[in-house]
Amino acid sequence: MTTLTKTGPAGAAPMVRVRGLHKSFGRLEVLRGVDLDVPAGSVTVVLGPSGSGKSTLLRAINHLEKLDRGHVAIDGELIGYRRAGDRLYELKEREVLRQRTGIGFVFQNFNLFPHLTVLENLVEAPVAALRRPRAEARATALALLERVGLADKAAAYPRQLSGGQQQRVAIARALALEPKVLLFDEPTSALDPELVGEVLDVIKDLARSGTTMIVVTHEIGFAREVADTVVFMDGGVVVEQGPPAEVLDRPRQERTRAFLAKVL
Amino acid sequence: MTLTTDTAAARPRPAAAADHDHGHDLDLDELAGLRTVPARHPWRWAAGIAALVVLAQFAHGLATNPGWDWATFRVYFTADTILQAIGRTLELTAYGTVLGFLLGAGVAAMRLSRSAVLRSIAWAYVWVFRSIPLIVQLVFWFNLSYLYKRFGFGIPFGPTFGDFETVGVLGALGAAVLGLGLHQAAFAAEIIRGGIIAVDAGQREAAAALGIPRWRQARRIVLPQAMRGILPAAANEVISLLKGTSVVYVMAIGELFYQTQVIYGRTGRVVPLLMVATVWYVVLTTVLSIGQYYVERHFARGAQRTPPPTPLQRVRAFVHSLPDRTRPAARTSGGQS
Ligand SMILES: Nc1ncnc2c1ncn2[C@@H]1O[C@H](COP(=O)(O)OP(=O)(O)OP(=O)(O)O)[C@@H](O)[C@H]1O
Ligand SMILES: [Mg+2]
Repeated sequence: MTTLTKTGPAGAAPMVRVRGLHKSFGRLEVLRGVDLDVPAGSVTVVLGPSGSGKSTLLRAINHLEKLDRGHVAIDGELIGYRRAGDRLYELKEREVLRQRTGIGFVFQNFNLFPHLTVLENLVEAPVAALRRPRAEARATALALLERVGLADKAAAYPRQLSGGQQQRVAIARALALEPKVLLFDEPTSALDPELVGEVLDVIKDLARSGTTMIVVTHEIGFAREVADTVVFMDGGVVVEQGPPAEVLDRPRQERTRAFLAKVL
Repeated sequence: MTLTTDTAAARPRPAAAADHDHGHDLDLDELAGLRTVPARHPWRWAAGIAALVVLAQFAHGLATNPGWDWATFRVYFTADTILQAIGRTLELTAYGTVLGFLLGAGVAAMRLSRSAVLRSIAWAYVWVFRSIPLIVQLVFWFNLSYLYKRFGFGIPFGPTFGDFETVGVLGALGAAVLGLGLHQAAFAAEIIRGGIIAVDAGQREAAAALGIPRWRQARRIVLPQAMRGILPAAANEVISLLKGTSVVYVMAIGELFYQTQVIYGRTGRVVPLLMVATVWYVVLTTVLSIGQYYVERHFARGAQRTPPPTPLQRVRAFVHSLPDRTRPAARTSGGQS
């Protein structure tokens, strides 16, 4: 295990550190040097216009997307590589999969397993990836369903649930691995407006309980209420970041102002 | 025929009744007590009767035309030789299916692998074995001993540890199973691959994001969903293999078609014996189709909000609904005058 040295001002190393991320798809440069620090227990909301590379950034953090340049470390552990002397060795898939159990990912379109019941969706990864005993995984799963308000849906299949309920199951599924950080990629943008609230409530509850989270969203109100840090991305770089009161109400950059004028 | 006599008696209507059906003053509350007469479909009935008459004529011909020779059919339908031949047919089908789908799964996995070498080999396999007619392949395997007299184990291009005669190992049955299996594998591979690539890429991604090991992703997440696409086509393949086993008659293996040929060669009763084979093939296919239905149902878990009822449940529901169905019908027919 390798650490990218240097600790934050508070003395504790940030939970997530991103340095100099570059990623191109063919000739399209999507990420052009992204730096990001996410302190443990904090909520970072990422805003930005469509195509600015927000999803690519999240996918790079849990190594669903391979990087061209740059590094990601979570809780001091380099993701996707192993350092030996002055070289970095690419990790085997099995190693990357193990690292991902520490990084929860919630997709825009849920991606629940439709052929498994809600409970089986939650039990699968702890049993398969962490080798937890099935009974223990079930107990944890039921507690998590209780937490997202879906204890009575354990035996249902995902297609029998509403969109908001499905996304809450997806959040519970990510939590079942007890990840160090949760990544959300527009968790509410596939939902009808009246269902957005129930999902955001679950995320707010997680924020209060001190879960480290990075949330890509277009819900400015949510950002204002929950975020410790708001990050504004455009054209593959972080244009501006800071507390919501600064970035949302007194943006320093012209591009941030223009974006907020459109979405507010 | 008037529709209103009954109701007019039961409920006096105003003099200008004709206007009532169209006018803006149509009183819906007044309709509550009226009887409903279902629409009649005389042409549907006529077409149905005509079709039944033609069918009856055909059935009559089957029963009375002496050419069909049902007496001979009855003698041979359950004759021991025929039953044994069916055993052979089922054996060939089972071996061909198992070998074909196991090998096919391997070839499909190779075609989907990240190794360009494996992908190319799998592609070439499918290309070759889809190109060669089954019967050509069968005759070829049958004559393998002509090409390779002895078959040995050892280090590739190096010394061999032991060898044996090919003739003894690959008898007619072995050659047939090998040929059917290799042929089937090429088609099975494409069917399995088709099912797998039809599963939403997000499923695999979600499994990867949860850190589920690769092999388990395939077995637990992707394959069960792929089965929905694979099964109907796979059932087609098994059924066409069942009938396809009849081409191994060229190797004088006593399966169903070969055996019927032997019998009608001896007795000269071609038509009834062809009917024996036909009816047995239909029976076996029916059994496979029923099996297919239930296997498909098993893999449809979660695919629909409310799963459709099984035929058995449907029949039960129909029987339960019969009293309800007959009652209003009786009443409406009574209502006509
Ligand atoms: N696999 C890929 N191949 C090619 N181009 C890609 C791929 N993935 C993303 N892109 C492109 O990269 C750019 C950034 O994509 P990304 O999904 O990160 O944007 P985003 O900020 O999440 O946008 P949105 O708000 O619409 O989700 C887009 O122009 C997109 O078309
Ligand atoms: Mg996106």
